[in-house]
Amino acid sequence: MNIYIEIFSTFAKIGAFTIGGGYAMLPLIQTEVVTKKKWLNEKEFLDVLAISQSAPGVFVINMSVFIGLRVKGKAGSVIAALGSALPSFVAILLIAMFFDSFKENEVVQSVFKGIRPAVVALIAVPLIGMSKGMNLNRYTSLIPIITLLLIVAFRISPIYILIAGALLGIFYHYLIKR
Amino acid sequence: MIYIQLFITFFKIGLFTFGGGYAMISLIQNEVVVKHQWVDASSFTDMIAISQMTPGPIGINSATYVGYSVTGNALGSAIATFAVSLPSFIIIFLIAYLYSQFKKNKWFDAALSGIKPVVLGLIGAAATLLVTKENFIDWTSWAIFGVAFAITQWGKVNPIYVIILAGVAGYLIY
Repeated sequence: MNIYIEIFSTFAKIGAFTIGGGYAMLPLIQTEVVTKKKWLNEKEFLDVLAISQSAPGVFVINMSVFIGLRVKGKAGSVIAALGSALPSFVAILLIAMFFDSFKENEVVQSVFKGIRPAVVALIAVPLIGMSKGMNLNRYTSLIPIITLLLIVAFRISPIYILIAGALLGIFYHYLIKR
Repeated sequence: MIYIQLFITFFKIGLFTFGGGYAMISLIQNEVVVKHQWVDASSFTDMIAISQMTPGPIGINSATYVGYSVTGNALGSAIATFAVSLPSFIIIFLIAYLYSQFKKNKWFDAALSGIKPVVLGLIGAAATLLVTKENFIDWTSWAIFGVAFAITQWGKVNPIYVIILAGVAGYLIY
């Protein structure tokens, strides 16, 4: 099979079966890319994973671009990203086109009245696990609280706070810790 | 022009998303709901629910959705989705090129150590900003919130089932 078609169909499969966020599809990517296609070995896969996690951007797209690049250069990365984005693009576009006409439907309205508070809960849930995993101390635990206040009360853009956080991290490690 | 605005907005969102989809929600919310007011808070919540239930990463899903609702056509979706993915190409190409240096880059690790606690605050803010009168219409909403939180956190129920259950509850109650 043509390598580009192979890359495209592999990542389209990954994109189509990722439900509920990027990390849910890690085992699927691993099976496809490491076990079946042997494009990367275990160690390379872990390296790609670590870098895709720490780099900014959509995690799945980062993984696709990186793996595609390894397999078939820049063209490979474009094909891989296209493959993983296309299934959700088509699905969401169809929903977006039709949802507006369903929106006023009474049944849809009551269903979404139930769904909305649950979505807020789903966003709040990772907070507990993440804060445990970070080992925050008395001082560093102030950072998320201040961030929340700046955004909610003062409507400061998250981008500025992220930049400030990065500078604070560098400042701490290079000036205070020394 | 709306297409250029859409491109710049989603490029920014892609460039500054650290720490996965939930952190991205805060950035999208700030740009799309607070700053540009392209979508109101309850439509934004619906969009997240739809993103959670359909395959694909939330970043791509929301870019496609917002792109369509802002422009009313597929070109808007394509531009927003392209823009949110573009930073990944630039950054991953750079990293692949400077791979060996990047792997042990202490500056980057130091910066990331400051970014991580901020991401926690971003997610907290995203949730807080969605606590609106439209999303929480009465005490039943809070009951749904509590049950959804508990079964996801301690019951380890898959988020998709949580949304489906909440939808059924909504249908029966309202």
